[in-house]
Amino acid sequence: MSEHVRPNYILIWAYLFFLTVIEVAAAFLSHIPKHWLILILVVLAVVKALLVAMYFMHLKFERWRLRLIFIIPLPLAAILVLATITEKIW
Amino acid sequence: MTHATATANMMHPPAPAEPGSGVYSNKLGMWVFLASDVMFFTALIGSYIILRFGLSEPWAAPGAVLNVPLTGINTFLLICSSVSMVKAYAAIADGKKYFLRSVPGKMLQDGGLKFWMLVTILCGAAFVGVQVFEYFKLVQHGLTPAGFREGSHYAELALADPVKYGAATAGLFGSTFFTMTGFHGFHVTCGVVSMLYLYFTKVLPEKYSPTDFRGIETIGLYWHFVDLVWIILFTIVYLI
Repeated sequence: MSEHVRPNYILIWAYLFFLTVIEVAAAFLSHIPKHWLILILVVLAVVKALLVAMYFMHLKFERWRLRLIFIIPLPLAAILVLATITEKIW
Repeated sequence: MTHATATANMMHPPAPAEPGSGVYSNKLGMWVFLASDVMFFTALIGSYIILRFGLSEPWAAPGAVLNVPLTGINTFLLICSSVSMVKAYAAIADGKKYFLRSVPGKMLQDGGLKFWMLVTILCGAAFVGVQVFEYFKLVQHGLTPAGFREGSHYAELALADPVKYGAATAGLFGSTFFTMTGFHGFHVTCGVVSMLYLYFTKVLPEKYSPTDFRGIETIGLYWHFVDLVWIILFTIVYLI
């Protein structure tokens, strides 16, 4: 890992905790329409996953060539799901 | 080069960062493995999305069948274990090999590698324990990978309210739930076993130093990835 200013890990933990509380509250205590709820929950989950990847896994501080190893499968994963959905539609 | 010299050279520890990739091989190997694991979990999650949203029959409301508050606590445990893992990483990077040490002027003691690794292992083991308890209760109440067991509590509830309990899709609900959470639980178990091995063979004998703690960084990457996957799984299986 390259040298960098160390992030405040406890602050990241607090973000993850509060985002999880918001997720559970939105899912069970709110009256948001289902389509909007799914969108909100997915966005919150992606934000939490990014926090873990960027700060706990230190991807934010790594070189691009290492980041690419993790990023390249993501569009492939999307293609895999979309291709299967297309098959279902046909 | 004689055989003896070649053997001696092979015994030398590898350089902390190898030319080319810019990182040492263990770390590069873990990243490549994690990239393959992304595809593995995509296959499971993608199948779940297609099976669930491609159906015209209603799917069981997760809150009706699954114990969401208990799993919420489990999610909290895994997030805590992730932060304790990164604290273990930071501790050894700063040369803190100890368990706990008093700091003048501070009420709380300062945790070292031994302390934070132990916290991570305990949180991970607790996560697996809670998941086993959850499985036990679900099977006891009638949710199996084949759907609701005949005559069980859930089967009766599904008869009374087939829409809320997704009576027509209970088989798919059970099989996708146990497959996804089961494979994730298997990953967590492998992580706990690996960390226990490292704890007794490397951490306690103080074999890591601020200049070489590759094992901690590599297992840390794996552990954070397991946490990352759970964040996605918790949302799509338990909340949506």
